[in-house]
Amino acid sequence: MTKYTFTEKQDTRSGFGAGLLELGRTNPKVVALCADLTGSLKMGDFKKEFPERFFQVGIAEANMMGLAAGMSINGLIPFTGTFANFSTGRVYDQIRQSIAYSEKNVKICASHAGVTLGEDGATHQILEDLGMMKMLPNMTVINPCDFNQTKAATIAIADHEGPVYLRFGRPKVPIFTPEDQKFEIGRAIRFTEGRDVSIFATGHLLWHAIEAEAKLADRGISAEVINIHTIKPLDRQAVLQSIAKTKCAVTAEEHQLNGGLGDSIAQLLAQNTPAPMEMVAVNDQFGESGKPAELMEKYGLSTNDIFEAVLKVLERK
Amino acid sequence: MDIGVQENQLSELKLKCNHIRQQIIKMVHHAQSGHIGGSLGATELVVSLYYHLMKHRPDDPLWPQRDRFVLSKGHCTPVLYAVLADLGYFPQEDLWTFRRPGSHLQGHPYQPKTPGVEATTGALGIGFSTALGMALVAKQRKEDHYYYVVCGDGEIQEGEIWEAAMFANKYKLDNVIAFVDRNYLQTDGNSEDIMPLDPLAPKWEAFGWSTFEIDGHDIGQIIETVTRARDCQGPVMIIANTVKGKGVSFMENAVGWHGGVPSQEDTDKALTELTNGA
Repeated sequence: MTKYTFTEKQDTRSGFGAGLLELGRTNPKVVALCADLTGSLKMGDFKKEFPERFFQVGIAEANMMGLAAGMSINGLIPFTGTFANFSTGRVYDQIRQSIAYSEKNVKICASHAGVTLGEDGATHQILEDLGMMKMLPNMTVINPCDFNQTKAATIAIADHEGPVYLRFGRPKVPIFTPEDQKFEIGRAIRFTEGRDVSIFATGHLLWHAIEAEAKLADRGISAEVINIHTIKPLDRQAVLQSIAKTKCAVTAEEHQLNGGLGDSIAQLLAQNTPAPMEMVAVNDQFGESGKPAELMEKYGLSTNDIFEAVLKVLERK
Repeated sequence: MDIGVQENQLSELKLKCNHIRQQIIKMVHHAQSGHIGGSLGATELVVSLYYHLMKHRPDDPLWPQRDRFVLSKGHCTPVLYAVLADLGYFPQEDLWTFRRPGSHLQGHPYQPKTPGVEATTGALGIGFSTALGMALVAKQRKEDHYYYVVCGDGEIQEGEIWEAAMFANKYKLDNVIAFVDRNYLQTDGNSEDIMPLDPLAPKWEAFGWSTFEIDGHDIGQIIETVTRARDCQGPVMIIANTVKGKGVSFMENAVGWHGGVPSQEDTDKALTELTNGA
């Protein structure tokens, strides 16, 4: 069985920046808009190489979303960049009406999602964004797990006609997926094959799920770790096939329990093949200031939380 | 200045406005839903643009060289749909499906489905940004056409409008000619009681826009001003003073006709007035 290791850590936002730069070189329709967070979003290289295709809109996110809709009407593929908090809740009406409902080819690229934003605290740590975005008809929702996957996802969404929400984060995290991967929207990736429990993880939690799998293996528990990088459309077949074998599930995400990946999988299982399930997510709380790793521990998003959730769900089988 | 409009053309445009107003009344009566007041008030603006000022092809709605019109005050679909149907963008009989299930004529404009509708609008403020995004692309490509936008005066209380205003100035969008439909009335009453907007022109000028102030029911003035606006550097805002409900005596300046629905009696009375006034 494959054992996953890493030699390097990098932030997923840098994966976005690298993907955007590559798109600049390969797809002349791609343009970028940013609301005064060029450095944070790692959009600087794109800006430098393609100044005429980069638009600094200032601290004015509502206008940015409306502009992006208009630019897509005239044939471009706009990528908007700001924090996840300001990419969703602040501009929900703009996205809902003029991008999702209006079926516009806009890519909403959202950094610093979740508690791993860290010290700035709850005002900026959005944990509700996946829920808000997945509720919108026509919206594709993607939450990649490391630098390489984020870069590949950024490149892939340019070829997908329609609105996309791409979520990534601030801290440096292990790089453990292949550099040359092709990202397939809506296609889950099985990282380890197992028979006792399915662990469905997204974003930063995937690495923790892989760590938990190793701990579980030491106890003789065989866990199937599946990366749900696309929250919507959910890879129903991959989830149901795994559950047919393991008969129980744990979900893991840096998001509220309400509205996240766990919700989506619970809905799918309840409608098809009810199975015991535990959810590793933030339990109806706001975050706070702190180091990313400290906060992941405190809010129940650690490797050990996944490990414990597996033990719990196995008892319910 | 030769504004290129003859007396007989003005008379024809006035007659067209009268016809469009009758269609507005009929549509809202038929649907028993819709926004009459703001539609009647914006009739001269929309008619002057579509029947005289704009280059466009109803039989080729996506003709790349066309001028674009965005109704940012999206609730005033009756005037837009009546004009688009009259011009042949879609069949006249579609007007009688307005606001009904299955119709492409939604309560607010829906760009993916309705020929001639350039942007989905309705939630106020967003259409303005969308128009600017379109205009930015056209300017960069050095395309030779204009983006005409109509905002409601109540609409410009939205913060997004001022975000967009700054943006248009920064990028010197000289292909944008916008209007504030200044009728002083919004859902809850007079704009100056609800959230004062005056003085309006200095606000836009402070944001870097050229401004004109006109009688929004004077077709000659609308045409002359737009013609002059095309020579301005940067974006232009035309403050068009209008009367909400214009053309039907009992609907004029009456807050209740923002979203009020006419009875059969109201409808007959309004159509009689308009017919006699034609």
